[in-house]
Amino acid sequence: MTFLFCLFAALALIGGIGVVVCRNPVSAAFSMILSFLGLASLFIQLDAFLVGTLQVLVYAGAIMVLFLFIIMLLDVQEEEKRRFPLISFAGAGAVVTAFLVLVILVLNRGGTAGRSLPVVAPSESGQSDVHRIGELLFGTYWFPVQIVGVLLLAATVGVVVLSKKELK
Amino acid sequence: MDWHLIIAAAIKIVVFVFFVTLPLVAMSVWAERRVSAAIQDRVGPNRVGPFGLLQAVADGIKFLLKEDFTPAHVRKFYFWLAPALTMVPALLTCAVLPFGSRLFGEKMVIADLDVGPLYVFAIASLTVYGIVLAGWASNSKYPFLGGVRSTSQMISYEICMGLSIVPLVMIYGDLNLGRIVHEQAQNGWALLPLWGEGLSPKGFLLALPIFVSFVIFTTSMFAETNRLPFDLPECETELVAGYHTEYSSMKFALFFLGEYAAMIIGSGLCVTLFLGGWSLPFGWLAPATIDAEVPFWHGLIHLGAFFAKVIVFILFFIVVRWTLPRFRYDQLMRLGWVFFFEIALANVVLTAILLWVLK
Repeated sequence: MTFLFCLFAALALIGGIGVVVCRNPVSAAFSMILSFLGLASLFIQLDAFLVGTLQVLVYAGAIMVLFLFIIMLLDVQEEEKRRFPLISFAGAGAVVTAFLVLVILVLNRGGTAGRSLPVVAPSESGQSDVHRIGELLFGTYWFPVQIVGVLLLAATVGVVVLSKKELK
Repeated sequence: MDWHLIIAAAIKIVVFVFFVTLPLVAMSVWAERRVSAAIQDRVGPNRVGPFGLLQAVADGIKFLLKEDFTPAHVRKFYFWLAPALTMVPALLTCAVLPFGSRLFGEKMVIADLDVGPLYVFAIASLTVYGIVLAGWASNSKYPFLGGVRSTSQMISYEICMGLSIVPLVMIYGDLNLGRIVHEQAQNGWALLPLWGEGLSPKGFLLALPIFVSFVIFTTSMFAETNRLPFDLPECETELVAGYHTEYSSMKFALFFLGEYAAMIIGSGLCVTLFLGGWSLPFGWLAPATIDAEVPFWHGLIHLGAFFAKVIVFILFFIVVRWTLPRFRYDQLMRLGWVFFFEIALANVVLTAILLWVLK
């Protein structure tokens, strides 16, 4: 199990680094897909089958397809030639270092250090994670879910209106 | 994690993927050629082995021995990656299909996931990368147009496909394909509720939205697998051969096999969801509970029933391909977005109302 965790964590990390390092936009997009797949595998290892599957379905399968669709229509050669100024590397390095320090500080702050993480109890009724998430979303939190749905619908309609404006 | 679980899973993967699905792919290529020949009043391949049954082997050897030509202007890495990316997701989706009830006390499904259909959709949505990448990496006009077409077509029909099975999931209240099949074995197949609890006014009323789902699902499957009447990504009359124009020998064969593998898995999913999977009609030989022991020969009959249904479905695919003309691209998009999408949504609402009234 630890071996699998290391494998998929490495996959996600390599993908993440690839997104930043690759000059070719298509390679960068593919690294991102790789990273998503690694992340999905990690979710599935935690028995969160629904979250893992949705990660693949929504991010790797739908959003990244659209990204790739747009990137493919770009002039890749020009994109590959572009060089970034040194200052942007320095800036990125500073941000990453600061974040790393922050994470280490938080982890070492008394209380969480050395304590094992809480174990998620398996459901009493033996129901799958799909059922439990469904009951939470459409039972306890039905109202926020509806609100989010209406918000998304409004956003969709807004996009259609904005993109159709010139045809009037 | 017990060792015997891992070994059982490994055996099931090898048997179901390499000894069942791949030979079935080869046989459906042969069937395609024979049936198309019969439809067009020709003979078809009948020289290699009895009835030409070994034609697939001859084709395979030919593909492997041919010169593997890589054009100079392609983007090499992605050009090589693309065929694999079409074939692999198609085979990965085998994992959740219940091929049969039980043999030797083992469930005849590789991974008994609680998110069965979602898993299939998630992995199948990765198939599009192979085609898109083939089109882009080929670095020439027609393959690129094929790739672009395929992306928009597959995204559009994925939505219809996903929405079309929502009513089914609402009725069964489960996403585990094994339990859905068991339910159908007891109480009538989703499309033909002729026994058990399905034989009631409620069962017949609910069969209506399921029939609509079935039509949308099957049609979307044609679009997802890029088969006629929706094979616009390859469309010889406009795009030479679409995304695989620049490919030769085994790399071309991988696209070809990927299409057939996707077709077989799609048929398998459709049979599982709508036609009772491995179960026999009228609840014959159906196990009493999902965990009940199944006698060895019952298990064999269940496996046989599943594959018989899948083969009938594949023949249906083939006959449709050689009967209908190709759609125009705008017609295809119209059908997907203007008709199927709305009908699928209305179907979900209709099912909800029916379930509420009949509660």
